[in-house]
Amino acid sequence: MSESKKVFSDAKSALDGLLSDGMTILAGGFGLCGIPEHMIVAIRESGVQNLTVASNNCGIDDFGLGLLLQTKQIKKMISSYVGENKLFEEQFLNGDLELEFNPQGTLAERCRAGGAGIPAFYTKTGVGTVISDGKETRDFDGETYLMERALTGDLAIVTAWKGDKAGNLVFRKTARNFNAPMATAGKVCVVEVEQLVEVGEIEPDQIHLPGIYVDRVFEGQSFEKRIERRTIRET
Amino acid sequence: MAWTRDQMCERAALELEDGFYVNLGIGMPTLVANYIPESMTVTFQSENGMLGMGPFPLDNEVDADLINAGKQTITELPESVYFDSATSFAMIRGGHIDLSILGALQVAQNGDLANWMIPGKMVKGMGGAMDLVAGVRRVIVLMDHNAKDGSPKLLKECDLPLTGAGVVNTVITDLGLFEVKGGQLYLSELAPNTSLDEIRDRTEAEFIQ
Repeated sequence: MSESKKVFSDAKSALDGLLSDGMTILAGGFGLCGIPEHMIVAIRESGVQNLTVASNNCGIDDFGLGLLLQTKQIKKMISSYVGENKLFEEQFLNGDLELEFNPQGTLAERCRAGGAGIPAFYTKTGVGTVISDGKETRDFDGETYLMERALTGDLAIVTAWKGDKAGNLVFRKTARNFNAPMATAGKVCVVEVEQLVEVGEIEPDQIHLPGIYVDRVFEGQSFEKRIERRTIRET
Repeated sequence: MAWTRDQMCERAALELEDGFYVNLGIGMPTLVANYIPESMTVTFQSENGMLGMGPFPLDNEVDADLINAGKQTITELPESVYFDSATSFAMIRGGHIDLSILGALQVAQNGDLANWMIPGKMVKGMGGAMDLVAGVRRVIVLMDHNAKDGSPKLLKECDLPLTGAGVVNTVITDLGLFEVKGGQLYLSELAPNTSLDEIRDRTEAEFIQ
């Protein structure tokens, strides 16, 4: 295998031929931590429209997925927590933006299941709440569970700290979050890494996500990594 | 004077045990971490993918890749471990977290909890709260006994949309400590200088003393 087939020079070339109007994109990250910041900009520049985006959050007004709200490229969000941004609220209240709330663990498990060939699963999360409306419930061992469907996307856009040219990935600290499960659930998965290394430079035992899930990888130039709530102690 | 916020947190900390894995909600519950005896080892989980949360960083230690579920910058400890969101909620849903302490808008006498949505206001979402209350072994609610307008928060039934049904085990307010057992609410402790009459006046829920 020629491992370099997966390697691209930048976000624009890595996404070339993969974007189309109305597609579903799974976007890794939690808040602004571990978001595919270069690909979000490239998607904005591509002008692709009517996107359904599954992402735990929707960025802030001028960074992350908020950039795609500015250009009204997002038709629907699947998220657990939004509203850190005024644009989101505005477009949602105007009816320009659809929103599907998923409990955070359900969103993560839907992606995990989607990547693992499991079409649905039962969970206690949301039983007896609006989340269970219209969903099948079933009792197991005296407890009620509700059925959630797996989630897959036409494209997964994720970020890792280090990746090799075969797409094997290592994440860093809490930037792993949704990047790993979402990487498995995209029909195509494109990864931006801070460091692209040769195959063999990462210890096989230290790889967090095997390259089998990764179709394309590129090294992002100068990650901004904006911090949403910089909180410090004095001493 | 009943319990202050600090005293409420101090009281909540007494519910922790050595060796516990604990998830603290955003707001007042976060402060409970300040009242853990030094002799006790408690590991804090952050549902965005970390066990063993350390304190906020010094100015020169800030790392954009290291945040808590409230999106604040934090630090790691020697025992810290990181994992992805699916693994994080597997340990939550799977009952591996001993205790969660959360805030609430309303709690019903049967343990129903409402803390994520007020209809008519912009809804930000439930985040991980529904998963936590469904999966964590014991759920403690830490909240003011009454809302800012004086209305009761301990109710016969919640009128706000639920986060979970019958999920609350213990409620600590400025007036006392309640426990939910067998679908009924029991008043277990009265805060200092609080009378039973006062607590009855300020509570809609039926409780057993």
